[in-house]
Amino acid sequence: MARINDVGGTQGFGAIDTTDDTEPFHADWEARVVGLYNTLRAQGIFNTNEFRDAIESMPPGEYLAASYYERWFTAICALLERKGVLEPGALDD
Amino acid sequence: MTSGDHHTDATIARRVRRLETLLEEKGLITGERLDEAIDAFLAESSPANGARVVARAWTDDAYRARLLADGTAAVRELGYMEGSFQRLRVVENTASRHNVVVCTLCSCYPLRLLGPSPSWYKSEAYRSRVVREPREVLREFGLELPPGTDITVWDSSAETRYLVLPRRPEGTEGLGEEELAALVTRNALIGTAAL
Repeated sequence: MARINDVGGTQGFGAIDTTDDTEPFHADWEARVVGLYNTLRAQGIFNTNEFRDAIESMPPGEYLAASYYERWFTAICALLERKGVLEPGALDD
Repeated sequence: MTSGDHHTDATIARRVRRLETLLEEKGLITGERLDEAIDAFLAESSPANGARVVARAWTDDAYRARLLADGTAAVRELGYMEGSFQRLRVVENTASRHNVVVCTLCSCYPLRLLGPSPSWYKSEAYRSRVVREPREVLREFGLELPPGTDITVWDSSAETRYLVLPRRPEGTEGLGEEELAALVTRNALIGTAAL
């Protein structure tokens, strides 16, 4: 079965916001997430395929509600929990 | 879908900071290494690189032939994608064919040649629709193609990335490579614009 990220041809997502944004990040935390991804991957804590799989395994509702880098952050946290680096709930208030 | 909600944004920012602190305490990262990683992500990645490749192809027929035959090798001649495991395929627009690139599964993109991708490229709306109704989608980008022009949509993957070789604008015969490169836009390299 296709996972939620496999949207090609799906109808109902509406109009495209074609704004030509040239800023790579829209908040500081987005840059930090990219930094975390590259640093942790370079150390072999997870690899690109595991990371991609972690994004694509997100529950559909959560995936669609999340922004692009929010998905990255969710995937990083899921992988760190799976690898025993991070305790579940460790980032909660 | 956007990160414009300030409350959500503040919540995520706090969680990201907390993760950074935890990983620093475990000795897995340092703030400096993170800064370096962010700089490395942004450095040397720009649509100016893709534009330079296109301008070379427009002015050097032998290079153009090499670029279309083996994009990866041809951009390496100009110093791009060294050591990358990815394959680059360059697709050429002609009078009768227009090419447009998408990654339906996520956001695969030739980062080095185009810089970080625009938000729309990563949106579900673009990814879902351009493979079903490309002519309508291109119209939303302001590109009206003649009915006789065929459109080919290329779906990127982890291993293969695509770059569009746009048609050289008319009346540019006298321009040099640098002046030509300045005419090339990011959207033209993705295929959501013509020049």
